[in-house]
Amino acid sequence: MSLRVMLDTEIRELTESLITMGTSIEKAIDNTIRALLQQDVALAESVIKGDDYFDFLEIEIEKRAIAVISTQQPVASDLRRIFSTIKIVTDMERIADHCCDISKITIALADKQYVKPLVDIPKMAQLVKDMVRMTVDCFIEQDVIKARLICASDDAIDDYYQLVIRDVTSMLREPDADVEQLLRILMIAKYFERMADHATNIAEWVVYSVEGKHFAAQ
Amino acid sequence: MNTTKFEIQKLNLFYGDMHALKDVNMTIKDKSITALIGPSGCGKSTFIRTLNRMNDLIENVKITGSVHLDEQDIYKDYDVIHLRKKVGMVFQKPNPFPMSIYDNVAYGPRAHGIKQRTQLDEIVEHSLKQAAIWDEVKDRLKANAFGLSGGQQQRLCIARALAISPEVVLMDEPTSALDPISTAKIEELAGELKKEYTIVIVTHNMQQAGRISDQTAFFLNGEVVEFDNTVQLFNTPRDSRTENYITGRFG
Repeated sequence: MSLRVMLDTEIRELTESLITMGTSIEKAIDNTIRALLQQDVALAESVIKGDDYFDFLEIEIEKRAIAVISTQQPVASDLRRIFSTIKIVTDMERIADHCCDISKITIALADKQYVKPLVDIPKMAQLVKDMVRMTVDCFIEQDVIKARLICASDDAIDDYYQLVIRDVTSMLREPDADVEQLLRILMIAKYFERMADHATNIAEWVVYSVEGKHFAAQ
Repeated sequence: MNTTKFEIQKLNLFYGDMHALKDVNMTIKDKSITALIGPSGCGKSTFIRTLNRMNDLIENVKITGSVHLDEQDIYKDYDVIHLRKKVGMVFQKPNPFPMSIYDNVAYGPRAHGIKQRTQLDEIVEHSLKQAAIWDEVKDRLKANAFGLSGGQQQRLCIARALAISPEVVLMDEPTSALDPISTAKIEELAGELKKEYTIVIVTHNMQQAGRISDQTAFFLNGEVVEFDNTVQLFNTPRDSRTENYITGRFG
């Protein structure tokens, strides 16, 4: 096998691992949302249990990427792509951590009814899920335009987060407010907001991989 | 900001009908390392040899354009002896003279008329120290240079080049015949030498260009495709031909 073919194979396999991680995370987000809305403890527990898998994948992908760098000394677009992969798995792993965080709250709140039906959080969660799916697509396709769209949708997430803050703040002012539950709901919104930030980071690493420039610095 | 050492403009070189260098423009900064990379036959060795007029020795060579060294065109009314004193050269294979280590280094200064023993001793010691080989040979200066290892011979050749106090050192694949340890020594040495000298190095080793040089030029078919600071060239090359070459997608 020629050296170039070996490197191409390594890069393709790295990308495949990243896709596996990305699609599994999409599923984890989906389960996180369902468990939260349906107050499904078993499903929330499965999300928490699944987190080890993402930690494992992160380390495996990093190890492989380092091995490629040390044995094949890639440069230019090859190096940028491998470096971006290392950065992206970190963001993906954080997204998985936040699924875990939210699921823990789901379990904590499972035996009581929500003080009011969740409205903005499901919308926000759906948007986050779409963003994450798009990040996986745009990495596969190395699509800078899609990456920039993802960065732009982060503003919508921030708007939802502000709505939740306002909502929770006004409910906290009620005399019989369930402070503990409201704070936990606020935390959930915060975790989704962080997930969107990580999705944005991933999109920015795609831009870096393709163009060699940091999107934020442009 | 380093000042300009070499200013090369519209340099063309023909070996008979063969157009070996095509409109080469390049500014080589003083006290820096410039690496020349590119596939075999791309013109990088031909180019480095235009900087001290080594191509003059080849028949049927025609050169147009200009090469200014410290603002003087070396192809116009320029004393070649003076040029070769200012611009030293180290070749791919170590080529010590069949004489002692001491005499190898003293050869150049003697040819330039230095006869006094104490002065020669001083030059020999200083040059060998600068070439990072003094400690290895100081006790056997009278021994034949052929007794040294390949890596030591190459550093001796560098010492010999430094002995006539050049301002520029041209290195044409100086480590291609050396093992990794000797290569690392020459690379470290290059890093030290650039404090005092301007270095231009031809290398087939991409990692070496990346490690040691400040600027890199990519040659292809006699043209300079890209000339930029080394980090820029290896991280985000502007030309797809450079990208293809350095990532091994070439051809």
